[in-house]
Amino acid sequence: MAKASRACVFLLRLLAAAATVSAAVVMATSHESTTLFGLTLEAKFQYTPSFKFFVIANAIGCGYSLLVLLIPPTSSLSRFVVMLDVIIAMLLTAAISAAGAISEVGKKGNSHSGWLPICGQIPKFCDHVKGAMICAFCGVVIYLVILLHSIHTVIGPLLP
Amino acid sequence: MAIENGNETKVGYRHKARVLGLLLVLLRLAALLATVTATIVMALNKQTKSITAAFVGTNPIIQTFTAKFQQTPAFVYFVIANAVASLYNLLVLLLRPFMKRKAHEIFEHLGGMVMVSVVASGAAAAAAMAELGKNGNLHARWNPICNRFDAFCCRGGVALIASFIGASLLMILNTVSTITLYKNVASQD
Repeated sequence: MAKASRACVFLLRLLAAAATVSAAVVMATSHESTTLFGLTLEAKFQYTPSFKFFVIANAIGCGYSLLVLLIPPTSSLSRFVVMLDVIIAMLLTAAISAAGAISEVGKKGNSHSGWLPICGQIPKFCDHVKGAMICAFCGVVIYLVILLHSIHTVIGPLLP
Repeated sequence: MAIENGNETKVGYRHKARVLGLLLVLLRLAALLATVTATIVMALNKQTKSITAAFVGTNPIIQTFTAKFQQTPAFVYFVIANAVASLYNLLVLLLRPFMKRKAHEIFEHLGGMVMVSVVASGAAAAAAMAELGKNGNLHARWNPICNRFDAFCCRGGVALIASFIGASLLMILNTVSTITLYKNVASQD
């Protein structure tokens, strides 16, 4: 039973690493340039600090997931890993929400500040960003499942 | 001699436990204060500017521009997230005498894990919009607005800082509750 649950967590962490690395890669390879009335409009992820933070946070999440796979589950570091899991989940959630805030402005604009929506001119860039956010969202959901499993292992014995 | 020493260490432990408990309550109060500040400062964030656009004869046509937090969905989410977190902090503080110790610890731990993510995401979204408002994005032809609505930006910045402090305090409290729960499980094994 314990072995099955340990194998389950191993698999979940692998999946989370895959999801976060694909989110980072998809966002990093998003660039598009169009010409509008003779002016070239170029869209790269480096032009927005939120997207840069998104790539870096997902890269950190992937690296952390792969590192944790190397730790044997019964060592004293496993308690440390539970705390770090919460911190990494927080980081990934923050990355998604920051990228989501900027993409919302890019898609719908903000009439009160005079910011026009740009997704109409660079649809492929917007699709790339959408795909990256979906991958990162999957990563966060998997981290949530891992956290729930850790809580179940810790708090389960406490419940009557 | 040994029994006296044992009694002294027992009293010492109880004293230490009480001091730690008080410290945790103080941290929780600080987190509550931080999230409440963030909620209120952002919820009351509004700035109106009126300029005379033209003159019709001798009557000036005054055009008013308003910057409100409701105009940006990220700020609305920020207010909601911090309000939920302050409610959680308040509940944890107030329900302590009415709940059993284990149930209270579990409620605090589970709620803390969720609230850490919620507050962090609210703060991140608001920080992204604040950076956009301050620096603009020349590639997308989005002009910065903080040069015109400086008080709005200032108050938004204060609310953001308070929310970041609240998020870090919540994280510290969650770490402490994880350590406590693991100690209980380890002592039961």
